Amino acid sequence: MSNTPAVSVQSLGFSYNNNSALRDVSFEVDRSDIFGLLGPNGGGKTTLFRILSTLLPPEKGTAAVFGADVRAQPISVRRNIGVVFQGQSLDRHLTATENLEHQGHLYGLRGADLRSRIDALFDRLDLADRKNDVVDTLSGGLRQRVELAKGLLHAPKLLLLDEPSTGLDPAARLQFWEHLRTLRDHDNVTILLTTHLLEEADKCCSLGVLDRGTLVAVGTPVELKNRIGGETVSLVGENPEAIVKELSDRLGVQPQIVDGSVRFEHPQGSQLIARLMENPQEQIQSVTVSKPTLEDVFIRTTGRSFTDDESG
Amino acid sequence: MVESESTLTASSEKRPCDENSSHVNSTNAHSCLWLSVGSLWFREIRAFYRQRSRVVGSLATPFIFWLLLGSGFARSFRADIEAGALEFFFPGMITMVVLFTAIFSNISIIEDRREGFLLSVLAAPVPRPVLVLGKVLGATTIGLTQGVIFLIPAPFLGLAFDPAKLPAILVVIVGMMLGLTGLSFFFAWWLNSVQGFHAIMNLVLMPLWILSGAIFPTAGAAEWMQWAMKINPLSYGVRALRSLFSSTGSADYSLVLSCIAVLATFAVITLSAAFYQVSRPSARHLS
Repeated sequence: MSNTPAVSVQSLGFSYNNNSALRDVSFEVDRSDIFGLLGPNGGGKTTLFRILSTLLPPEKGTAAVFGADVRAQPISVRRNIGVVFQGQSLDRHLTATENLEHQGHLYGLRGADLRSRIDALFDRLDLADRKNDVVDTLSGGLRQRVELAKGLLHAPKLLLLDEPSTGLDPAARLQFWEHLRTLRDHDNVTILLTTHLLEEADKCCSLGVLDRGTLVAVGTPVELKNRIGGETVSLVGENPEAIVKELSDRLGVQPQIVDGSVRFEHPQGSQLIARLMENPQEQIQSVTVSKPTLEDVFIRTTGRSFTDDESG
Repeated sequence: MVESESTLTASSEKRPCDENSSHVNSTNAHSCLWLSVGSLWFREIRAFYRQRSRVVGSLATPFIFWLLLGSGFARSFRADIEAGALEFFFPGMITMVVLFTAIFSNISIIEDRREGFLLSVLAAPVPRPVLVLGKVLGATTIGLTQGVIFLIPAPFLGLAFDPAKLPAILVVIVGMMLGLTGLSFFFAWWLNSVQGFHAIMNLVLMPLWILSGAIFPTAGAAEWMQWAMKINPLSYGVRALRSLFSSTGSADYSLVLSCIAVLATFAVITLSAAFYQVSRPSARHLS
């Protein structure tokens, strides 16, 4: 197998009317990886997704899919990628099968070959009994699987998914992820997805954290969390600044104030807090000690909380 | 044009062309291109006949307009219209069928974009003008079929209709269809709401029809209006059709031919504009 990475992005930049959506973004995605781009809405995920799916040409820098440049060789990039868009890209007046037939024609597939591919995909994605239903009548979870089938029809080597779990109930999300893992494990499909859901990002094999157009961290979810340290401590009190001062004077840690609460990470967070609580100088209302989460990773790298009122 | 489409969908069992981009020969690449165009063309046709309201609306509206305008004018005014009013309005109504078909076909571009279907076409390994071709050929087929359906009652309503003139009539309809679909595609590509498209329809497309000689003859109009009618490509469609449906003797074929030349130029210009527009990558039509 060649060593060309599935996706290679170098110093990518893009702006809409002087508002920069991506700034100097560089990363690589290995073959057969499940790579998640995590970030709040407006972080630049969709722009990056559009550049990789050749819908937008990059303004600065380069992006390549299996070595083919998205600007110079868009058609060969498109042959290698399957794209599953956020929302629906299905014609809701047509049946699931009719949608896939049109998709197949756009990729030069036809006749018996096309029919057998469609049937095989529907069998695999448990859609066989609904294949002649009009898309309008299908549930969100079923539609999402038809979208997946549509993206997989030409057997792409890289699958790009934009917010695949949006609008799915928890059971449908689990099922959808099972299908993604099978694709990776059995068909060596490389998967790149965008998400603003922390629990979905946790399921990815590698992650890139995208905030305000900048890639602030790249690594496996475990690596990213380990980088923070052993435990995350969060304190709430009357006077956060005074608590920060007390913590740095007495314990030598450098806390951050995020959304009014004082946070720091430390390998032995709970022991430190026990020492502090023996003789507290400041009014402390509550203390929480936890293993770091991806949210802590985000807070640590951006200094802001991962507020997203659409999550869940 | 329509014939080449149907042979395309019928011919099958060629090698699929997605195997490897490097050694796709040009014939194969062409057949892929036409496979995509054919598929999008068929989607237009299917979308049309699945929407019963659209079938009824697009046929009944011009018919009702024709009967009401024709009968109304026949009684109210007897001025410059030498021939019967129903005969006078008939070419205009055919033009209206053509215009409405072009408009309604292109509203679906805005819907396709909102619903995301357009994105999956843009992300497919086909050049973007395939979108224009699928849309334009689909709309032209629908417009032509409706035009023919509209011709059927003509003889029973006292109109002169000579089957020998049918080919010329069809060519004129196709010419108008191509030009108007190209023009509406050009507008629809830039607009992100159906409301915006309705505004364009009322500000640009309907005036084109009103100033085409469809409802009043050029001769009696004000001078500025005569100029507007002269530069309006639809006027030439109406003029050619009027000549072909004339009950007073045979059609003036040299007039019809020059009108067809004008319509062909119009079609080439609007289709080139649509091709150019669609080939320019931009963030605007993505959401």
